[in-house]
Amino acid sequence: MELLTNLGLGLSTSMTPLNLLYCLAGVFLGTLIGVLPGLGPTATIAMLLPVTFTLPPVSALIMLAGIYYGSQYGGSTTSILVNVPGEAASVVTALDGYQMARQGRAGAALTTAAVGSFFAGTVATIILALFAPPLATIALKFGPAEFFSLMVLGLLASIVLARGSLLHAAGMVVLGLLLGLVGTDVNSGVQRFTFGLLRLADGIGFVVVAMGMFGLAEITRNLENEESRSTVVTKVASLMPTREDWKRMIGPILRGTCIGSALGILPGSGSILGSFAAYAIEKKISKNSKEFGKGAIEGVAAPESANNAGAQTSFIPMLTLGIPSNPVMALMIGAMIIQGIQPGPSVITEQPQLFWGIIVSMWIGNLFLVILNLPMIGMWVRLVSVPYQMLFPAILVFCSIGVFSLNNTEFDVYAMAFFGLVGYIFVKLDCEPAPMLLAYILGPMMEEYVRRALLLSRGDPTVFFTRPISAGLLALGALAVIAASLPALHKKREEAFRE
Amino acid sequence: MNPIARNAKDFWTGLIYISVGAGALIISRDYDMGTAVKMGPAYFPTILSILLVGIGIISVLRSFFKSGSPIGVIAWKGLVLIAVSTLLFGAIVRGAGVIIALPLLVILSASASAQFSWKTALIEAVGITAFCILIFLKGLGVPLPVLGSWFGN
Repeated sequence: MELLTNLGLGLSTSMTPLNLLYCLAGVFLGTLIGVLPGLGPTATIAMLLPVTFTLPPVSALIMLAGIYYGSQYGGSTTSILVNVPGEAASVVTALDGYQMARQGRAGAALTTAAVGSFFAGTVATIILALFAPPLATIALKFGPAEFFSLMVLGLLASIVLARGSLLHAAGMVVLGLLLGLVGTDVNSGVQRFTFGLLRLADGIGFVVVAMGMFGLAEITRNLENEESRSTVVTKVASLMPTREDWKRMIGPILRGTCIGSALGILPGSGSILGSFAAYAIEKKISKNSKEFGKGAIEGVAAPESANNAGAQTSFIPMLTLGIPSNPVMALMIGAMIIQGIQPGPSVITEQPQLFWGIIVSMWIGNLFLVILNLPMIGMWVRLVSVPYQMLFPAILVFCSIGVFSLNNTEFDVYAMAFFGLVGYIFVKLDCEPAPMLLAYILGPMMEEYVRRALLLSRGDPTVFFTRPISAGLLALGALAVIAASLPALHKKREEAFRE
Repeated sequence: MNPIARNAKDFWTGLIYISVGAGALIISRDYDMGTAVKMGPAYFPTILSILLVGIGIISVLRSFFKSGSPIGVIAWKGLVLIAVSTLLFGAIVRGAGVIIALPLLVILSASASAQFSWKTALIEAVGITAFCILIFLKGLGVPLPVLGSWFGN
């Protein structure tokens, strides 16, 4: 019954009129930005992050979580209506969603996505509430060696799950770790890699890196093949799925929720893997597998549920271990640090109000999504049809002002422009930015843990292998990398990403 | 065969990794290495730099043996205009104020598009500037001047 008391606490935190308002505002703003073609959750959150800085911690995180779901749902809307997925997770939705839209069934697809997401969100919230506290209790027993190994596991997983070559992704991780070390070393006070620039003494703001690499670089990439973008937006007629549709979506939603919840917890994946897996499985087992790719409602219901379930459960490692499983969670951790909260297993005991408040507000956020989005679909459709040549200068303006407002310095604007350039170069070289951003957040933490671990072991590096949990985590990571580089699986992996 | 032509992605990625790694390695030599028990500020970055150089070398070597996919079109115009317009915004926003810096940012970046037209860009510039002054400057209190210091403010 402890769960009920905790949820009660969460309810009382999140149901204050002000927090409800922030949740609603987050969902609204997230959808508003996320629905714009080519903007995924990472870019959306990076752009909107500065808005939350002035809020109290609980409200800020509630709002950010709302922005996250909103942007994800917005991204699905765009995938369905114009076949321009904002981020990898909604690529799968575009396959059948867009086909449904072309057959004049956009409304049914959107409702399916909303219903699936809401159901998945509800289930995943319960999973989160059930599993996060015990996990945090275990994590409290973790020593520095375990935390270090856990981070290694997370980074290895992000390498395996990145698109393109494993080697390049590994390089991006190391690069990110190095980048994270820029600034003052906490132990010795020495300024590292600052090139004598005072502005770099506190390191490079992670929002700056994220906006550059996910925002600016993405704009440049989109400018490559402007002509090929479809600007024809299908009309949304009736939102109501038919009786037959309802019947067909139940199974996929249930399975998608399970797959998404399970895979979302994995470090390095977040919701992307879940939506791919859910789609692939539905395609295999469905009676209507011939319709897949031609507008099967299962092809929308399954990945959308998985997507949202994964989005929710990816909060588990973030809230209980302080370890981000994807770039979005990395941004969340960054936001927590800015708010003065040290993410980790102690959050749950030291700030139960914050912890349970966020969890309950997740469910409320999902509810808002359904009641907000379906009636407002007309407005979203109009936003989707904004031509890109008008859209990207606006994105650039919001990024620039947002980045400036972080520390009120133009230095951050220059740095963002620099990371935009760097990000585009890496995109062209098939080096995904996501593992780098993760490593960037983890860099300073990893150094700190490796220091403490070696201090405790008197400099003996075998400590990472002799402590059972630590060894287990490392073995798991090694296994993932070995598996991914085996010729047979390697081919499968490439095929999976091509789909 | 020429690796740059055959596997440009591996070649250039490797080269970037090697140069960044080597650079970080050289800079790290200025810091104290310490020991494994009491790690100095150079310890962790040195390990990482060596790792990065190693990955880079493998990538370059691979480009000699394995062919890869070509890099493809590069949006040079977009790349330059996006970077330049952002840098320019940063450079003049305090001096000139948002009323000049924002329209410049909008118009300059918009000209990166193949569908650029002066009319839409100008309308958009006015709209966005007004919106930002209202929402960001007045509403959210971002400390940017409407009219900057060059005009005696």
